[in-house]
Amino acid sequence: MRPTHLGPIYRGLQLDAKVNARLSLFGITKRFPGVLANDNVSFEVKPGAIHALLGENGAGKSTLVKMIYGIMQPDGGEIRWNGERMTVSNPKAARKLGIGMVFQHFSLFEALTVLENIALGMDAKIPARDLENRIRQVMTQYGLMLDPHRIVSTLSVGERQRIEIVRALLLNPKLLIMDEPTSVLTPQEVEQLFVVLRKLAAEGCSILYISHKLHEIKALCETATILRGGKLVDTCDPRTETSRSMAEKMIGGGLKDIKKVDGRTFGAERLVVRGLNVPKDGHFGVALKDISFSVRAGEIFGIAGVAGNGQNPLLLALSGEEIVAEGSAIAVDGEAMGQLAAKKRRLKGMASVPEERNGHAAVPDFTLAENTVLTARDRLGMVNGGLINEGKARTYAGEVIAAFAVKAQGPRSLAGSLSGGNLQKFIMGREILQKPSVLVVSQPTWGVDAGAAAAIHQSLVDLAAAGSAIVVISQDLDELLSLSDTLAVINEGRLSRPMAVKDADIEQIGLLMGGIHGDPTAEVGHLSEELAHAHQA
Amino acid sequence: MRIKLEKRAEPSRLMLVVTPIVSVIATMLVGILVFDALGIDGVRAVVDIFLTPLLASYKWQDVAMKAAPLIIIALGLSVGNRANVWNIGAEGQYIIGALAAAGVGIAAGGAGGGIIMLAMVLAGMVGGTAWAAVPAVLKTRFAVNEILSSLMLTYVALQVLGYLVGGPWKDPNGKNFPATAPLLPEQSLPILFPGTTVHLGVAVAIVLPFIFWLVMSRSIFGYQIRVVGAAPHAARHGGFDANQTIWLSMLIGGGMAGLAGALEFAGALKTINLGFPSGYGFTAIIVSFLGRLHPIGCLIAGIVLAVTYVGGQVAQTTVHIPNATAGIFQALMLFFILASDILVRYRVRIVSGTAQAVRGQ
Repeated sequence: MRPTHLGPIYRGLQLDAKVNARLSLFGITKRFPGVLANDNVSFEVKPGAIHALLGENGAGKSTLVKMIYGIMQPDGGEIRWNGERMTVSNPKAARKLGIGMVFQHFSLFEALTVLENIALGMDAKIPARDLENRIRQVMTQYGLMLDPHRIVSTLSVGERQRIEIVRALLLNPKLLIMDEPTSVLTPQEVEQLFVVLRKLAAEGCSILYISHKLHEIKALCETATILRGGKLVDTCDPRTETSRSMAEKMIGGGLKDIKKVDGRTFGAERLVVRGLNVPKDGHFGVALKDISFSVRAGEIFGIAGVAGNGQNPLLLALSGEEIVAEGSAIAVDGEAMGQLAAKKRRLKGMASVPEERNGHAAVPDFTLAENTVLTARDRLGMVNGGLINEGKARTYAGEVIAAFAVKAQGPRSLAGSLSGGNLQKFIMGREILQKPSVLVVSQPTWGVDAGAAAAIHQSLVDLAAAGSAIVVISQDLDELLSLSDTLAVINEGRLSRPMAVKDADIEQIGLLMGGIHGDPTAEVGHLSEELAHAHQA
Repeated sequence: MRIKLEKRAEPSRLMLVVTPIVSVIATMLVGILVFDALGIDGVRAVVDIFLTPLLASYKWQDVAMKAAPLIIIALGLSVGNRANVWNIGAEGQYIIGALAAAGVGIAAGGAGGGIIMLAMVLAGMVGGTAWAAVPAVLKTRFAVNEILSSLMLTYVALQVLGYLVGGPWKDPNGKNFPATAPLLPEQSLPILFPGTTVHLGVAVAIVLPFIFWLVMSRSIFGYQIRVVGAAPHAARHGGFDANQTIWLSMLIGGGMAGLAGALEFAGALKTINLGFPSGYGFTAIIVSFLGRLHPIGCLIAGIVLAVTYVGGQVAQTTVHIPNATAGIFQALMLFFILASDILVRYRVRIVSGTAQAVRGQ
């Protein structure tokens, strides 16, 4: 049972420095083949605290919480729960202790209802009616509005996350682990989530909050543990730090700003999309409806939106992986592209980089040289009489490695042996050095360390400055606000009216991202001051 | 205590080459144990099956004759397997290839010579290709699983063979046996070494792997096949058509099987009867995997499997075990190679501690 009535006492205890920590880690070490994922990490989480675990991708955050939740076992060190040494042998044991976890990727059955999904995930078998009552009780208690009988496929990402939170709360957790919970939410949904988390913490539940979004951590957490390369580098109070100071601790160096030339002007329209319609693929796919926008030479056009609102079909339609019924719906420099396949579009100067690096933008089992053949073979003449000119491919791969400071042994390295950031730099370089007239990229810095992200952003700005038209599809609103000149929001396969980023209103963008899916009962009138401020910072 | 499979960071390249050899050795050892347990001299059986054909020079021509169709069919299948296109019907394509070659020979009447022989061989390839085109159409147009359709067509091919050799093509002088008339000497493939049965088809089987090697590693076509197999989404991103890849790899598999059928007919057997299909099309699947889908690997693996065929016949007379024993060894080999594939990609870890709930101290 959750000791709700003990809430204030817990809060009082939290002020006492001598109080037992809810969770303490001592010298946790975890080694994977070739990597030390966690190196002697020690910290503790107090009862009722919202504790941030901060770090770049690959810093070891996920590995650490997987050990707390019993998915993996540490190679060294110990975990203490309320002062007692524990071996958490599996997630079921963790839940029994009172540790709940909400994952970044949900495990829900789209065709089932909310109630059915929750029932499937319960360790104990509870009659459906009792379970429904308990679900309704938890939902009312925390203001998580959701009809238990709705089918999951009709829910927005934010609503789906609520199912996972309810599922965790039904077990009366003493510690709730949230892994990157806001990466798929609109700003309004983030604010609603924070209300729930604060309420939980006030009742004595500790929260371990994993994120790399600094403004959120500043707004929510009172302690932050920062990891870098598997090591704990600092534990600080985010309320007294600046976003920049925390970012620098995270990456272990100074941050680079994007260099944009002031007072840039745009040339003629290079990419014109008019009335693009794509029927939905499969039962749970998203159809694209009447998408229209244009991008001028030198312009970076951002497309924001919550994942799963048509970004993938849009990229496939623009890249030519899917042929469009209406050939004139997509035009580059006045020439219709819709009916052309990917190979022909590339020859005409239209390049693209999909979101998934491994297995879509690149072949992990192939060398970097072989990976250049994938998209550069025709424009750079790497194939003569049906035979691949391997020398040319190696030379080009070498040029990309040098120009984009890709950390790799050379053109013969396997693509799969590169880190995410380095492979992404290589893929971006492979397209950019072909000097495309139009470049469409999706999630260019997803899962990429800050250093590589800055380099990728700069290369996009430079390509635009050279006269290309660029489309950036991203879920990271901060990235789009700093990178693009013009911004539109995609929701349910429809694209909003484009707006200039300099006059963009974050609140309005958030509303567009929520679209008609947004919860009408929720307070969407205004964003909290702190969050709005943090976004501008 | 639990046993866990843990993915290796990078599979060892050396192991990819070593494991097929280990598989063959493991097959021999298990064979010795099994036969000893059955009261048969296991060492003798294994020596006869695996070593006698290699050590006795008078068996070499048999090995070469058996290896040739296996290698040729396996080369074609490897192309498809690389692209994750699973043609299980090479046996049927092999039969249709042989029938097509026989049909051209019959149509030519008494005429012979190089042109007719070439026409027969080409007809064999066309026949095998056409037979493989059926699963390709079904797969690309109606998403029918090619494993089922290609396999089932093998039985259709058997019926076609039965009809032709028992009906229109039956040898009038054949005492009413269902078989075609023996091929005229001027329509038979030339013998490479006088006094042996080694025919031109064996030379084809030695040359083709090197051509396939060149095409698969250097050409854009080989690249397309490899990228479709390794990462189908990346292939689409690179502008390679998935359906085109299915078509090409099915047709090549069928063409090679048809070629093998035509060569076997015109070079070795010179008649088609109900016993013509001898399972080369199925054994070639093992050859293809034992050879790691690599053309040169197929060349070596084809010889190894041919050795077990010939050795099976030797063991029949020496230790009196049935010919089907060779099939058991071939199957053991496939199991070992598939099992070792797992160990190349994963490591086995024994995890201590049972799945008990929470342990406090």
